[in-house]
Amino acid sequence: MGCGRVGAELAAMLDQEDHEVTILDRSPDAFRRLPPEFGGHRVVGNGIDQEVLARIGVAEMDAFVSVTQGDNRNVMAAQMAKHLFGVQRVVCRIYDPIREELYHELGLETISPTKVGARLLKEALEREPAASGSGD
Amino acid sequence: MYIIVVGGGKVGYYLAKELVEEGHEVLVIEKDAAKTERIAEELGDISLRGDGCEASTMEMAGFGRADMVIAVTGDDEDNLVTCQVAKAKFKVPRTIARINNPKNEEIFKKLGIDTTVSATTAILSQIEQELPTHPLIPLLTLKGGGLEIVEVKVPENSAVVGKRIGDVLLPQQSLIALVVDEDGVPKVPRADTVLRAGDEVVAVTRTENEDALRAVLTASASYGPYGPPADTSRQ
Repeated sequence: MGCGRVGAELAAMLDQEDHEVTILDRSPDAFRRLPPEFGGHRVVGNGIDQEVLARIGVAEMDAFVSVTQGDNRNVMAAQMAKHLFGVQRVVCRIYDPIREELYHELGLETISPTKVGARLLKEALEREPAASGSGD
Repeated sequence: MYIIVVGGGKVGYYLAKELVEEGHEVLVIEKDAAKTERIAEELGDISLRGDGCEASTMEMAGFGRADMVIAVTGDDEDNLVTCQVAKAKFKVPRTIARINNPKNEEIFKKLGIDTTVSATTAILSQIEQELPTHPLIPLLTLKGGGLEIVEVKVPENSAVVGKRIGDVLLPQQSLIALVVDEDGVPKVPRADTVLRAGDEVVAVTRTENEDALRAVLTASASYGPYGPPADTSRQ
């Protein structure tokens, strides 16, 4: 859910690995981010609308990932997938680290790009500068 | 009571106004600067500009000592998260969320929001009250869950027509709270109040006994006195 940079990239990767992928976005324009060879389904719709989720067959899905720009939309959609449709694997992006921790405690699988990004940047700063390119 | 209202649009504004008039301590949290100012100008210093889902704003607003949080923004996802965070992180005893899409009622209930209010549902129930095909109308869900107030119109062929209320066997934890006769006269029901066709009965019941209650009050006499057999648990 959410065909932004991350959503499109992830969907393309999973499609490459021969998973059956459906990508959902409120705006049809968003699908331009997908590579031309993307073989999955593109659906225009609101991911926090129970009827939309039912229509795209969320109940039969093995995994659901919410990566829209809105933390709260992601949280709501993820909880709907998990609690209304019984999806086994649900991963949810939450930028706000505090909300991310809270929903993690409440049992959602969550990722905060803010926390992860800051940590990676800090680690990069603390590393000895590599000669070029690959590093260690 | 200390009541926090999240969302300073029209609903939040008038809600806050009424609550202040009732003597409650009220704080309205609103993202938009102009709306926040308008509330401050018209209702006094009771508005805070900020995001009602952001932990720092919530701490500043004193969610920890709030008796009630009411989320009335135009976005269901924001109302959901505000109420969930209020409950899980700040242990707010009572949370009320406005929902715009009536279908969201189910997920909000599942996620522990105490009360949901949907204008769409309220208007629909007004329409449905006009339709004879809808014999039981849920009016209000009571605090704490499980109990609700419903309205049933006693049909002409109902088995309870002509019976004393004391002789009608109601489902568990159900009681008849009010009877309004066909002329619109309200009566406090007593054991010897006789039910008549066309009476509007306002009753309190457990959600799971709704169908049983409807059966008791509306099933036709041919079923025998207490509605269709083998229905739901009765006393």
